[in-house]
Amino acid sequence: MPAKPEFDGVLACPAPLPAVERVLLGHGSGGKLSAQLVERVFLPAFGNPTLDQLNDQATFAIDGVRLAMTTDSFVVKPLFFPGGDIGSLAVHGTVNDLAMGGAQPLYLSVAFILEEGLPLEILQRVVDSLHHAAKAAGVQIVTGDTKVVEQGKGDGMFINTTGIGLVPQTLALGADQARPGDKIILSGSLGDHGICILAQREGLEFETTIESDCAPLHGLVDAILATGAAIRCMRDPTRGGLSSSLNEIATRSHVGMVIEEEQIPVKEEVRGACELLGLDPLYVANEGKMIAIVEPSAADRVVEAMRSHVYGREARVIGTVVDQFRGTVVMKTAFGTTRIVDMLAGDQLPRIC
Amino acid sequence: MKYIDEFRDPKIAHRLVDEITRLVTRDWTVMEICGGQTHTLVRYGFEEMLPAQVHLVHGPGCPVCVTPLEVVDKAIDLAARPDVIFVSYGDMLRVPGSKKDLFHVKAEGGDVRIVYSPMEALKIARSNPEKKVIFFGIGFETTAPPHAMAVLSAHLQGVSNFYMLASHVLVPPAIRTLLESPHNRVQAFIAPGHVCTVVGFDQYESLAHDYRVPIVVAGFEPLDLLEAIHMLVTQLEAGKYEVQNQYARSVTRYGNLSAQRAVEEVFEVCDRKWRGIGSIPMSGMRINTKYSAYDAERVFGLQDSGVEEPKECIAAQVLMGLKKPLDCPEFGTRCKPESPLGAPMVSPEGACSAYYQYKRHLAPAALPADTHVGTD
Repeated sequence: MPAKPEFDGVLACPAPLPAVERVLLGHGSGGKLSAQLVERVFLPAFGNPTLDQLNDQATFAIDGVRLAMTTDSFVVKPLFFPGGDIGSLAVHGTVNDLAMGGAQPLYLSVAFILEEGLPLEILQRVVDSLHHAAKAAGVQIVTGDTKVVEQGKGDGMFINTTGIGLVPQTLALGADQARPGDKIILSGSLGDHGICILAQREGLEFETTIESDCAPLHGLVDAILATGAAIRCMRDPTRGGLSSSLNEIATRSHVGMVIEEEQIPVKEEVRGACELLGLDPLYVANEGKMIAIVEPSAADRVVEAMRSHVYGREARVIGTVVDQFRGTVVMKTAFGTTRIVDMLAGDQLPRIC
Repeated sequence: MKYIDEFRDPKIAHRLVDEITRLVTRDWTVMEICGGQTHTLVRYGFEEMLPAQVHLVHGPGCPVCVTPLEVVDKAIDLAARPDVIFVSYGDMLRVPGSKKDLFHVKAEGGDVRIVYSPMEALKIARSNPEKKVIFFGIGFETTAPPHAMAVLSAHLQGVSNFYMLASHVLVPPAIRTLLESPHNRVQAFIAPGHVCTVVGFDQYESLAHDYRVPIVVAGFEPLDLLEAIHMLVTQLEAGKYEVQNQYARSVTRYGNLSAQRAVEEVFEVCDRKWRGIGSIPMSGMRINTKYSAYDAERVFGLQDSGVEEPKECIAAQVLMGLKKPLDCPEFGTRCKPESPLGAPMVSPEGACSAYYQYKRHLAPAALPADTHVGTD
């Protein structure tokens, strides 16, 4: 005999949490929590017209010369992974942030925070990798710094790189430049880096052949700019994945975006790993992919130019900027229905069932 | 992707929808129980495809959402202790207790780790003998067997620093509660395929018979669910109320007997509070006295805090299928995944969260003021 239920139409629910008072891992995820930190802590303190543009790089002029500057810290674990390591990542990450601003990367600084006890052999391997990546990208490492922290206070090694590059006079790129009608172009498959790293982590042991896509993108950007097309904005969708980059542009440009599920390339192994782990490739990090928002008539030309470059072989138009759904990215599913592609609150969490 | 793409074929989906449209002659309300199924229905936008007479409402089948506040508080209490490694499935970390969540405990220095399997937690216990390793064992009938196996393995291997904070819930008592409610409007159920893989569908026969509701056990892919809806509408239109098994590639009548034996060995049925709904008699499972040495609640002497869930949002009505997430005035304004007011917004598989993630562009009230939804 089933017992009578206690439901009486009364609404019961937990109260909201008090404001977060400590830094959470999610604050570093590139999602909404990261954005909140920038808005509430950093901008009020540092705000100025250059910073306020919130691009991946600052662009400014000195004596009529337009420069781009950016900085990035690398805390990847493990230090070595299929397709790259913390050294190559530290070069490519900063080179790519400069390149997305249309800049020709020129000089880098490198700062190491080393943990006491780190084998010198490992440091040497990372330094060699940095050297090769910088050489291949045509940038010089011109200054640096080293600090050592006690054992247990660092994950072997953290690296910060800062980069400076030259920006052509005529370029006007920015996350606020997207206009209805513009086309959204993606350079290749999503999620390779994030899934590669996840597969190496302790506690998530599964075997895969996926390699990180870690690569310098300034050559691909050169190919795009050489078309002479009107480019509104370029981004490399790293932390937070494609969804974070598109949401940011949609918000900053006060436009909506409609992307097509069937046009977004994801490798079979990455899809499989995502299915298994309950993750969405649209939110997984990339280190060698870019998106470009371009004026509609130039889209074909830009795609063609990207496909002729080694890092853009799979480039294609994945969607359109629209006047509706402002500040929101909507995906047209393979079923012909629509769904939102939201910005994540914090890190993407594996689901239990 | 082999074995996945076959179940996501848009052509077959549209054929099934056409068939449902041809069949349906009046309004029907269908509820799916499992959060994974909710996720699929909302993510693929079934409401945009199906005829307007078929109303989909979403049941209390997200184990993360319905885990009661006081159990989350207990987890937070344990995880903050210096001699403890607290091990959990990832999506429990963001579930708010009465004051904070497990992410905050981690930020304050608690050793909180994410795993995919309770056996990983056992491994952590073996390699950290000086620590007390507590696994947060929540879920429906689906997660109970691996949790039972972890306790049995700890017992066999003599691992004495492994404990489980167990808070399992059972599906059939929840369905019974829904159907007994004077407010009930659900006329047919999609039963959870993974739960039935473990326990079979035999016990759903009496539900279908007692309450004259058709029930179809279904899988989690788009075509599984469309086929289940097709089967249910066919039964409803014919006035039938049988249990049918759409998920025959995984589910048998009596389920996985060895998994059930493991569960019976370690757990016992008990009353359980469901967050957002309230207490449902004999709707949960806890570790029995034989294995009480592994029961974190008993070993650490945890008391029920008696914390009441404030009466804020319409979670109960959403979980009972009386309201849809987009009906809630707080949806997308005060209540969001990063600051949930209620249970269904907590986990990505909760109904409100699924709507927020995928469907809020269809809720004009919830959009920012400068947003307009056009038709062009």
